Amino acid sequence: MIEIDGLSKRWPGADRASVDGISLTVPEGTSCALIGPSGSGKTTLLRMVNRLVEPSAGTIRIGGEDARAMDATRLRRRIGYVIQDVGLFPHWDVAANIATVPSLLGWDHARIKARVEEVLTLVGLDPGRFAARRPHELSGGERQRVGVARALAGDPPVLLMDEPFGAVDPVQRGRLQEEVLRLLQQLRKTVLLVTHDVAEAVRLGDAVALLRDGRLVQHAAAAEILARPADAFAAEFLGADRMLLRLALFPLSALPRHAAPAPGPALPDGATLRDALARMLETGTTSAGLPGSGSVTLADLLAFAGRG
Amino acid sequence: MEWLRANPGLFLGAVGDHLLLSLTGLAIGIALALPLGIALAHRPRLAEASIMLAGALRTIPSLAVLAALLPLLGVGFTPSVIALALLALPPVLVNTVIGIRTADRAALEAARGLGMTGLQRALRVELPLAAPLIFSGLRVAAVQVVSAAALATFIGGGGLGDLVTQGLALLDTGRMLVGAIAIALLALATEAALGMLERHLATRVRGA
Ligand SMILES: Nc1ncnc2c1ncn2[C@@H]1O[C@H](COP(=O)(O)OP(=O)(O)OP(=O)(O)O)[C@@H](O)[C@H]1O
Ligand SMILES: [Mg+2]
Repeated sequence: MIEIDGLSKRWPGADRASVDGISLTVPEGTSCALIGPSGSGKTTLLRMVNRLVEPSAGTIRIGGEDARAMDATRLRRRIGYVIQDVGLFPHWDVAANIATVPSLLGWDHARIKARVEEVLTLVGLDPGRFAARRPHELSGGERQRVGVARALAGDPPVLLMDEPFGAVDPVQRGRLQEEVLRLLQQLRKTVLLVTHDVAEAVRLGDAVALLRDGRLVQHAAAAEILARPADAFAAEFLGADRMLLRLALFPLSALPRHAAPAPGPALPDGATLRDALARMLETGTTSAGLPGSGSVTLADLLAFAGRG
Repeated sequence: MEWLRANPGLFLGAVGDHLLLSLTGLAIGIALALPLGIALAHRPRLAEASIMLAGALRTIPSLAVLAALLPLLGVGFTPSVIALALLALPPVLVNTVIGIRTADRAALEAARGLGMTGLQRALRVELPLAAPLIFSGLRVAAVQVVSAAALATFIGGGGLGDLVTQGLALLDTGRMLVGAIAIALLALATEAALGMLERHLATRVRGA
């Protein structure tokens, strides 16, 4: 659990605080996505959690313990950190990069080796092919996966991710999101994640926190913030297509199932309400076929979306 | 050459002294420059000031440094070594500071964020990333020290410079030439050997 209370940071010489009295709790095993315009203080907030930046005011508690009372290096070894520009050590191979925290923690050689292979596999990289490579021998997407693997290696209960997929193309990005989502669900980490991308925020964050000029504009569950932006700024930042994004958060089972078959092929397993709407638009009908049999209807979908 | 054939012992002794002077001076210079450079690199104002100061120091001729130390430290081996260490310090210091300050910022941030202590960061990340630049500073320092060690003779520090001064005093051209040529060759060899090592190191660290 991460508990942030009244947290502020004012840089020396700045005319206003970059982070201004933010209070925010990320419950154990959940994720919170920080979004907001460039310069709104997302990175600064994140870096105060692992004490790379000392707050001007406020407290941070991690797992109930006051972060500022703990030894900074010990604290950081317990917090996985994926930085905005990946920052792999160029003079070390992938295995050594990933082994950074385990070796700081004093794990023995065999345990480190096994762990490196484990997390490489976890992020979808074949240890046999990648462990001995140097960062410059990787693609941008592979580097970001290694960055995530390095953050996970010490099995930290808390994970901070600053635009973990900033530098990859949309296809890679989608795939990485998919994998991280699966990872987060599997590992039950407490995660604070920064992103510019609203779709990524609601996909990866159980909750979303919207920042503007260092202040917290709104903090709510992903489906909630999309349905009810707090003000005009929030509505504009979340985008005109936010209701579409919201549909993607719900499985087909959110709608009542009708026995009547629908035209066209059935939707695949794991499809969302957004997929159902897309299928209806594609076939020009008011229903879409469920995996197996049966269907969902446009009327039910509209009623569901309207209920918010 | 005849002088050399007649006095191999004297010659080798002078070479040995010269190397001992140079290496000791260089080692002390580096031992001071590295930790100082690491400490300064994280303090932007001091870092800039030190780079300027070091630049100014480098324009002072080696002979002037030796002469200035004479009244302070007297004559002999130790003051010579101290003077050489002072000569070796600026290039290594400046390149250490610049090497760390221009190193991959994201990697430095990661080193901190993953929980390395200051010492661990310095040894595992900062110095290795700055190594190519540090090494080229070291090459400059080494060549300068090997050349300047020839001047140690003026404050009784010994080395190959002795052959030159003796040659001059005794009007023994052979002795003087052997000393002069040996000094030049030593400087050239230092430059060549360290230059090769430097290129090797650069490709290893950057992995390019
Ligand atoms: N080390 C620093 N010294 C002084 N000011 C800083 C420092 N780091 C950040 N700032 C300032 O704090 C403000 C917030 O920056 P921050 O990096 O937290 O924004 P961000 O929301 O992460 O932006 P982006 O989305 O572009 O990454 C900016 O105005 C920035 O200039
Ligand atoms: Mg940022």
